[in-house]
Amino acid sequence: MIQAIAFYLFATIVITSAVMVIMARNPVHSVLWLILAFFNAAGLMVLVGAEFIAVLLVIVYVGAVAVLFLFVVMMLDIDFAELRSGFIKNFPLGIAIALVLLAELILGIGAWQAGAIDLGTAGGATAPVAGVSNITALGILLYSRYLFLFEAAGLVLLVAMIGAIVLTHRKREGSSGRQDIARQIARRPEDATIMRQPATGEGVEL
Amino acid sequence: MIGVEHYIIVGTILFVLGVLGIFLNRKNVIVILMAIELILLAVNINLVAFSAFLNDLAGQIFAMFVLTVAAAEAAIGLAILVIYFRGRGTIAVDDVDRLKG
Repeated sequence: MIQAIAFYLFATIVITSAVMVIMARNPVHSVLWLILAFFNAAGLMVLVGAEFIAVLLVIVYVGAVAVLFLFVVMMLDIDFAELRSGFIKNFPLGIAIALVLLAELILGIGAWQAGAIDLGTAGGATAPVAGVSNITALGILLYSRYLFLFEAAGLVLLVAMIGAIVLTHRKREGSSGRQDIARQIARRPEDATIMRQPATGEGVEL
Repeated sequence: MIGVEHYIIVGTILFVLGVLGIFLNRKNVIVILMAIELILLAVNINLVAFSAFLNDLAGQIFAMFVLTVAAAEAAIGLAILVIYFRGRGTIAVDDVDRLKG
């Protein structure tokens, strides 16, 4: 009973905040609604016993992705009112396509529920080990059966990180306040200093 | 009792809302990226629900990979957005036609 109440609460808030994400006038509000949606989706996942994915959702999506979105929305000086101008014009087409998609998906779910499509049953290899917590079971799988996929995921993140840095890095004009190590090492005493033996009573011409 | 169908329906609604968001905010790339995040969240909910109800952890592993790709995609997408804004001073998708020649 309490599980059903929690499910309906989380599901309602997820869907409401998803509607607000796409409808909000101000993109900053969109990001904040997105954060609410992620939190409640994490709640939904806790309800089925996937605690690790729930925690990961909060850490990765709320802690990294949503904050990145907030940074970019606030950093760029964008005229959001102008960007919204096509909203009403696109509304009928968007609703029509969404309804068609929804009808198709409901048809698919209905066909599955009617028993027309057989779902594969779980093979024994990836079934959770009895008496072990969710995170331990996931860790055992991740570091044995899915080790190469796990490393490939790390590679994807590395490429994304390097790509983002390469894309947004820009060279400053001029060399003010910058250390040019090659120039510094190539500098010799004879280029930088001069020896003079001034005669007494005369000045030094530099 | 809450079954897998309930989770599929939540995932379906989220997915459709994400697609709708792409169509409604055709000019604003930031909201389009957020709508893509919603779509990926729907996929994750589906994967985790099936994983839990079929008693098979592979779904949760794949949800983690989806999460990885979503994070990478957001980082690259926003980086492209920032350099595009630097060059053009706007992020309206309609103006992205430099490659037309």
